[in-house]
Amino acid sequence: MWLVLVSFLALAGAAAAQESPYFVTYDHYLEEPGSLEVEYFSDFATQRAGNDFVSYWIEFEYGATAWWTTELYLDGQSTFGDSTVFTGFRLENRFRLLKSEHVINPVLYVEYEQISEADKIMKEIEGHDVEADHAVPNAILRQGHNHELELKLLLSTTRNGWNFAVNPLATKPLTGGDPWEFGYAVGASRALALKASAKRCSFCRENFIAGVEMYGGLGDRYSFGLHETSHYVAPVVVWNLPSSWTLRLSPGFGLNDNSHQFLLRWGVSREFAGFGSMLASWFRGGR
Amino acid sequence: MRSGMTQALLLWATIVAVGMAMAQSSDARKAQFDKSVYAELGKAPAKASARQNPLASDPEAVAAGAKLFEQHCAECHGADADGGRKGPSLRAEEVQQATPGTLFWLLTNGVVRKGMPVWSRLPEPQRWQLVSYIKSLGLPPKAATP
Repeated sequence: MWLVLVSFLALAGAAAAQESPYFVTYDHYLEEPGSLEVEYFSDFATQRAGNDFVSYWIEFEYGATAWWTTELYLDGQSTFGDSTVFTGFRLENRFRLLKSEHVINPVLYVEYEQISEADKIMKEIEGHDVEADHAVPNAILRQGHNHELELKLLLSTTRNGWNFAVNPLATKPLTGGDPWEFGYAVGASRALALKASAKRCSFCRENFIAGVEMYGGLGDRYSFGLHETSHYVAPVVVWNLPSSWTLRLSPGFGLNDNSHQFLLRWGVSREFAGFGSMLASWFRGGR
Repeated sequence: MRSGMTQALLLWATIVAVGMAMAQSSDARKAQFDKSVYAELGKAPAKASARQNPLASDPEAVAAGAKLFEQHCAECHGADADGGRKGPSLRAEEVQQATPGTLFWLLTNGVVRKGMPVWSRLPEPQRWQLVSYIKSLGLPPKAATP
């Protein structure tokens, strides 16, 4: 199966990406229709009362239409002095709700997660997620499984080169009687130059977008608020290379005692334009 | 672990297949590229249409726009902007006679329901550079001849 996928990707054309720098926050821009973006991300996190860890995930992001993007995540993590484990998958769909640009642009985000409690990618912080959750050995964490529905409203605006995004979120475990949990992510970013240079270049300032994001939990249905929650602030930067590769980097800092003191996130991705058309033509026999 | 990954891949492949089927039916509609495909240009508000290109006198705007076009637009509209499988020709009379403001408005808002994404993710000056490039293409030789 992987061989087939790699063969397809080798044949698909590349397209220069204009990706946002955020790791957790989403803006309102979706994948271009028919394009597939393959992304690898990783987190390093310090852990008090336990071992530091590196978590990682692969994303396959496909632009089904100009108003619908679908995505598959495969998650894993390695805890130093413990073990490396595959922790599950997520299926994400984003739907653009309005057909043209407005002052604030809403996108509906719907995700289904089937992950073990050993999952540490921290793609979102919700409810009463705290650092101590990650101090438990993998052998114990792996025994717990979560089936979860996650809903986000992605609100985003772009003005004078700046993007501002706010993402309230709510999650509901589909098994057990756990309550709805809540969280948030907010971000702001801007390209280092707004005009494109006339020449093709890797180091032009317009290829870099920098910003900052902040994310954290807001408790659950029975204990909404900041009590026993964790929060992070993280500068972010992305380098969109003309060759269709994108590199991202973000050091993150915990804002209270329930948060990991330090996170370092990085990612690399590549966009394959025309993937959908190519796949469809294969199935039609090249017509 | 293997069964979880396989389940996930199969499920996602199904979702992608549905998305592709929707995109293909949409492509089939657009593949005709008759004049109606340009009707969206007529929907630009008067105020937007009247906007002037602030980079009209920038000597580098066309070259920069050409670079941006190659990176973001050629996949659908063709390398020469004369139309591709997913996007119509930008050398058509309707496009070339549209005001710079109208083209800027269309780039900014896209035609989301018909497959053209919004391009407001490109900063405003880059969208004007694209407009400069598109307007520099001119009419195709046949249409330009009186």
